[in-house]
Amino acid sequence: MKGTVLGIEGTAWNLSASIVNEKEVIAEVSDMYRPSTGGIHPREAAQHHAKYASYVVKGVLEEAKKKGVDASQIDAISFSQGPGLGACLRTVATAARMLAISLDVPLVGVNHCLAHVEVGRWKTPATDPVTLYVSGANSQVLAYRMGRYRVFGETLDIGLGNAFDKFARSAGLGHPGGPQIEQFARNASNYIPLPYVVKGMDLSFSGLSTAATEALKNNSMEDVCYSFQETAFAMVVEVTERALAHTGKSEVLLAGGVGANMRLQEMLDIMCTERGASFYVPEKRFMGDNGAMIAYLGLLMYDSGNVIDIENSHVNPNFRPDEVDVTWLPKDFKDRRQTCI
Amino acid sequence: MYLTSGAEATVRVEDDILIKERVPKNYRLRELDERIRKERTKAEARLLSEARRAGVPTPIIYDVENCTIKMQYLDGTALKHVIDEDLSEQIGILVARLHEAGIIHGDLTTSNLILFNEKIYMIDFGLSFFDSSTEAHGVDVHVLFQTFESTHSNHEKLIDAFCRGYRQEFKHADEVLERVKEIEKRGRYA
Repeated sequence: MKGTVLGIEGTAWNLSASIVNEKEVIAEVSDMYRPSTGGIHPREAAQHHAKYASYVVKGVLEEAKKKGVDASQIDAISFSQGPGLGACLRTVATAARMLAISLDVPLVGVNHCLAHVEVGRWKTPATDPVTLYVSGANSQVLAYRMGRYRVFGETLDIGLGNAFDKFARSAGLGHPGGPQIEQFARNASNYIPLPYVVKGMDLSFSGLSTAATEALKNNSMEDVCYSFQETAFAMVVEVTERALAHTGKSEVLLAGGVGANMRLQEMLDIMCTERGASFYVPEKRFMGDNGAMIAYLGLLMYDSGNVIDIENSHVNPNFRPDEVDVTWLPKDFKDRRQTCI
Repeated sequence: MYLTSGAEATVRVEDDILIKERVPKNYRLRELDERIRKERTKAEARLLSEARRAGVPTPIIYDVENCTIKMQYLDGTALKHVIDEDLSEQIGILVARLHEAGIIHGDLTTSNLILFNEKIYMIDFGLSFFDSSTEAHGVDVHVLFQTFESTHSNHEKLIDAFCRGYRQEFKHADEVLERVKEIEKRGRYA
């Protein structure tokens, strides 16, 4: 694999540009949108991205230059094409198109969810994992099968991180909610029964979030945070285990901002140990949204000829990972399920 | 022999009785774990009986206790080893009856269909639930078609035969089979 790609992420709160080659992340510059009150306001987030787009792009080019990589050495520009907040996606896509035109290099439209998976495969020893991807907006269990990353299970309503945020907001905790919920949970003494909603392979978190808010009326913050975490994490670990059993794969990869939670990591680790599977967690900077993952999947796609014309570079706020033909894995790459049948 | 241990439960045979036990998961808080296993065991037993009432042969239940179901052991052959067009048509009829009764199997594979005493039995209702929507019916049939496709070379004929049986016994069959095509296009592995 060869080439150097500049990638821009900006599906939600984090605007991040990065330059990578096959060996390493050469440079990365980010600027986060921080809501003054409440959660992410899509328009404000998009305005933030528009305001700081030139700052992160200039910054990343300067940082790369210091390491001896000049703008003229960039082979392609990649960007998060979706899923994400429409206004944010459009802002970032505009910046990417502009860069591609001015540097006269191809443009690559990247699926944000798959970028999480691929950066995990890059930065951990995982080769053919079942990926649990849990973030603010997304909660999916993904695995490669016959030319595509299939969604084996997913949330039917809101993402797990969003469920935490909604609860945190009504409980008067700040945004994002996850880290604070994790803190409170450490000092809990009781488990309060909350709705555990797994439907086949799919998940639902909105009722759980509401029930947790209700439970606050009669219980301590510590106990509710603890019970919320225990219930929600048990649900995602169960679906991950099922996907493992179903696909016959033997690796689990954790991705997404919620993955930073230590209790979630511990539960997945127990499950994997009991099943004899390997569990991989990338470094924290590669778990939440980051420009490097967009640049890296951009590189994989560029290298396998998967580029797009400016005319066809529309963003897709509901871009599903299973819509993408995986051009970047070797033709003879077979997942375990295929080989065992 | 069709006994396997999935992600949820272990299955063993003692004195011609099949014992399915939902095993504890150490990653889950014990209290939560026990609640889930008990609820699901009860639900599974109920769905097994409801399915039989709807005209779908299922193992007879002898006892339900905490997280364990004791049921009839069917010493037969999994359909994945013996399936042909006639049997596939019969499967279509059984799935139609199940769906008519508002039950979704949730894991319809040729390993969960057993030929025993010349009758097809449906087993493993561990992922089953009540739902009468076209989408749920469609996903149920889609899962079965996928096992046809991945494990049987004559899958097109098997699918045609299934559809004959399914249409014959279920008034919403056309609608469901139309939805199956849509689900396939989505590429979503349900």
